[in-house]
Amino acid sequence: MSALGKVVRAGVGRRRLQSLVMALTALISVAAAVLAIGLIETSRAPFDRAFGRQQGAHLTAEFDGSKATEAQLRATADTAGVAAAAGPYRVASVRVRMPQMPAGDEGPALTVAGRADRAPDVDRVDLAKGRWAKAAGEIVLDQDAAAVVPIGTKVRAGDVELEVVGIAKSAGRSADAWMVPAQLAELDQGRAPAYQMLYRLDDAGSRADISRGRAAVAGALPAKAVTGTQSYLTVKQDVDSEAAVYVPFLTAFAVIGLGLSVLVVAVVVSGAVTAATRRIGVLKALGFTPVQVGRAYVAQAVLPAVVGVVLGAVTANLLGALLTDEVAATYGVGTALIPLWVDLAVPAAVLALIAVTALVPALRAGRLRSTQALTVGRAPSPGRALLVRRLLGRLPVSRPVGLGLAHPFARPARTATLAAAVAFGALAVTFAVGLNSSLAAIQADRQRTSAGDVLVQSGPGGGPGEHVPAPGAEPQKPADPAKVAAAVRKAPGTKSYFGIARTEVRVPGATGRTTAIGYAGDARSGAYRMIDGRWFRGEGEVVVASRLLQAMDAEVGDTVTLTDKGRTVELRIVGEAFVLDDDGMAVVMDQADQRRLTPGTRSSEYHVTLRSGSDADAYVAAINDRFGSQGVHAVKGDSAGIRSSSIIAMQAMISLLAAMLVAVACLGVLNTVVLDTRERLHDLGVFKALGMSPRQTVSMVLVSVAAVGLVAGAPGTLLGVALHHWVTPEMGATAGTRLPDATIDVYDASLLALLAAGGLVIATLGALLPASWAAKSGTAKALRTE
Amino acid sequence: MPDPLIDLREVTKTYEEGPPALDEVSLAVHPGEAVAVLGPSGSGKSTLLNLIAGLDRPTAGSVTVDGVRVNGLSERASAKFRRASVGMVFQFFHLLDDLNVADNILLPAQLAGMPRAEARDRAAELLGHLGIARHTRAYPGRLSGGERQRVAVARALMNRPKLLLADEPTGALDTASGADVQALLRDLNADGQTIVLVTHDMALAAGCATRTVELLDGRVARDVPTAVAS
Ligand SMILES: Nc1ncnc2c1ncn2[C@@H]1O[C@H](COP(=O)(O)OP(=O)(O)OP(=O)(O)O)[C@@H](O)[C@H]1O
Ligand SMILES: [Mg+2]
Repeated sequence: MSALGKVVRAGVGRRRLQSLVMALTALISVAAAVLAIGLIETSRAPFDRAFGRQQGAHLTAEFDGSKATEAQLRATADTAGVAAAAGPYRVASVRVRMPQMPAGDEGPALTVAGRADRAPDVDRVDLAKGRWAKAAGEIVLDQDAAAVVPIGTKVRAGDVELEVVGIAKSAGRSADAWMVPAQLAELDQGRAPAYQMLYRLDDAGSRADISRGRAAVAGALPAKAVTGTQSYLTVKQDVDSEAAVYVPFLTAFAVIGLGLSVLVVAVVVSGAVTAATRRIGVLKALGFTPVQVGRAYVAQAVLPAVVGVVLGAVTANLLGALLTDEVAATYGVGTALIPLWVDLAVPAAVLALIAVTALVPALRAGRLRSTQALTVGRAPSPGRALLVRRLLGRLPVSRPVGLGLAHPFARPARTATLAAAVAFGALAVTFAVGLNSSLAAIQADRQRTSAGDVLVQSGPGGGPGEHVPAPGAEPQKPADPAKVAAAVRKAPGTKSYFGIARTEVRVPGATGRTTAIGYAGDARSGAYRMIDGRWFRGEGEVVVASRLLQAMDAEVGDTVTLTDKGRTVELRIVGEAFVLDDDGMAVVMDQADQRRLTPGTRSSEYHVTLRSGSDADAYVAAINDRFGSQGVHAVKGDSAGIRSSSIIAMQAMISLLAAMLVAVACLGVLNTVVLDTRERLHDLGVFKALGMSPRQTVSMVLVSVAAVGLVAGAPGTLLGVALHHWVTPEMGATAGTRLPDATIDVYDASLLALLAAGGLVIATLGALLPASWAAKSGTAKALRTE
Repeated sequence: MPDPLIDLREVTKTYEEGPPALDEVSLAVHPGEAVAVLGPSGSGKSTLLNLIAGLDRPTAGSVTVDGVRVNGLSERASAKFRRASVGMVFQFFHLLDDLNVADNILLPAQLAGMPRAEARDRAAELLGHLGIARHTRAYPGRLSGGERQRVAVARALMNRPKLLLADEPTGALDTASGADVQALLRDLNADGQTIVLVTHDMALAAGCATRTVELLDGRVARDVPTAVAS
């Protein structure tokens, strides 16, 4: 082994603790960075890959066949800005009833396109199973619309029986099902035909590009011919958002991790240089060149960092696999692990950053003159911060405490790094606590199912999966909604209640299903949290989910026309609500308006507030006794809320990352204090020779660090709040929704004080070990080191 | 004869490697004695002093000082013992460079919790007695070697210890300053202060010790009374 190698190895071996701290820091920052960047990549790649391969439609548009002819529609393919087009295909919203659904349930409404060609120029749909429809009586279902339907299953659309011949996947989600045009025409008989055109645009990078394309197409047709459009960006966001929500906070943690990394590396390497000035002098006296000395110190930092970086990448892949499996499964594109280039590039970048950080003090070491290095004074010059010292000397505290308080002023640079480590830790804790509170608030606000003391659910509602009875069981005979309503109203325990009905409507600007949520009764207690505007006060008003509002490109105060099977209702948008149910694509209104659109709509769930003193369990039991066999199900309100597993996963991940960063901050403090006490070993020896007890030594060291922690905690906490206020809305934005203020303003004064005191805790935790080491260090030996 | 102030019984000290630094040393020092420990480098003189001060523990044997079994004390108790009973002076002074002379001298009193006023009076008394009063506010870096050693002696005497230990107190001083310190120690002993002094310097031993102990390879090779030249 070369002389240089020996020096490096001895250096790493001697500074085992510092090397460990460095490796851990690198591990954590790399893990966070790889996760963040890897998730951005995987969440984007499956969609982009499938969409590109299928030549998916940038713009899917629906037209009123009574306003524009097929020939006119076909001609829109030549509109400026349109690169390619497919269609027109006839489309209709068709209720498709799966076998085993209870009698009376017509099944979910699917957007069905009449299309003979599976792979036209645009939207070359992939077949997951079976084949494309060739004749009447056949239907191809989209994978998302038909969770698990075997090929050959007979489904019904009204009176018509259809055989499922294929399961397909349209990346751009142009439709939920396909059949031959003649079959669709037959199903849609008697109504004005609607058509679908699929466009690829020359420019499709932004929402504005898509809007321009939409305007160009609409401009080429008679007025009001376009009834709805869908941007691939919305679909992409749908697919991406699940994983994409993780990106802002993972990025934040990655940046904090990197900041800590740089800090710790700088502390360790410059500490190593300071502590080893004599060694460097000896090395140079022996003939080491400045470059060799510099290289030796960079290598001392990089060696442990390599270990940390590799383990960090492994950790990130393990954590990432847990998350991305879900994303990959929803998109059916195999396992989406973190891309290899991220695994290679991110650790390399972090390593380079660490090497550069180490280079600065290492070069300084290299440039030290031998004689200078051999003779540098050990103790700091006494003149420093004398005034502060004198003032502190007046404080009525014991001598060890006074000495501890004065110490930070003697080494301002070291104190600054200590403060930075503490501030980073406080920042991470504050950020994580805030984020978890915000997520808890979102968790609580995302559904209204927990409103009221008792929730009574009566069918039909929800997706097909909920209606599958146990094998062999008779399909249930549903309860009469009017009787359920009457029972709730008359029950002695009921103080107040409101009903909710869910129907599907079409909203301009959002193709596909939009959920209409209609309230009957005192709806205010069941109000969603508002982001803007107010809750509706009665008929003629509608509250729109934030995400839908953005998809519609509308704002509060606008008027929106809702459509269902040829009926329309015009409502004024009075509020923007925070709704994550129904993918955030929902409108909330009075049930009277809903019935004008979809006659016969009845509440499918009732939220009941009980009179004080009445027994919720008995109430629930009474309802279930009477209607339980008819598909009605009552539960206590607090047990009805379904917690989102992705929010729980996020909270777990945030806590984990924060804990890791706090650990690094503590290690950073520990590292600094170890360096410091090592340098002060001689002074500590003198103190002990003069009769300083171990307790006094510990308190002296602890006080000096804790004071810094207390001071550094406050700015760290404030930075954490700022970061939280920036990242949280960003997470909402990636999920396509704005957030209510209450979700963001989660810090109150007492919490802030507590978090700021966290700096003290971090500092104390980090200093505890070295302080007790200092108290135990061999005095005789310390005094010998002269 | 009164009980010995220091009573070492078959004390052995072995470091991790090598032969014992002290090998079954037995030694008794009585109040009022000034003992000079002589011996070549590496013979175990500093080790002996550290064991007496409770800064280190013997591998075998017992160390009793002022009736206290020093080798059985906890860290905390031995710190208290040092505060109360032992003052130490070192070759390189071991003053704290970032505290001024007064603060250095006050330290032992502050650690022991002596009332402020009493500590200040005692410090002033010592500073005057040792002739360094004009340096009260100075930092050690500005003082000469001899002055620094006087400060170190003042600090060692702050809590009126029964025992003053000195390890090569003149080792880093020029001849004149060395003589100065020698005179100081002799005066202190004349006033009844018990002193154990480690040195290479035969003249120092002859100048202020009442008894000379010579160590060789960790054993007592000679133990004779000295006729103090006055
Ligand atoms: N902390 C220690 N670890 C290992 N060996 C030690 C330690 N302290 C002393 N020694 C060894 O014990 C022996 C006695 O050392 P000591 O310092 O007591 O000698 P000394 O007589 O004071 O020498 P000097 O006159 O040079 O100061 C020496 O061989 C020394 O190397
Ligand atoms: Mg010695």
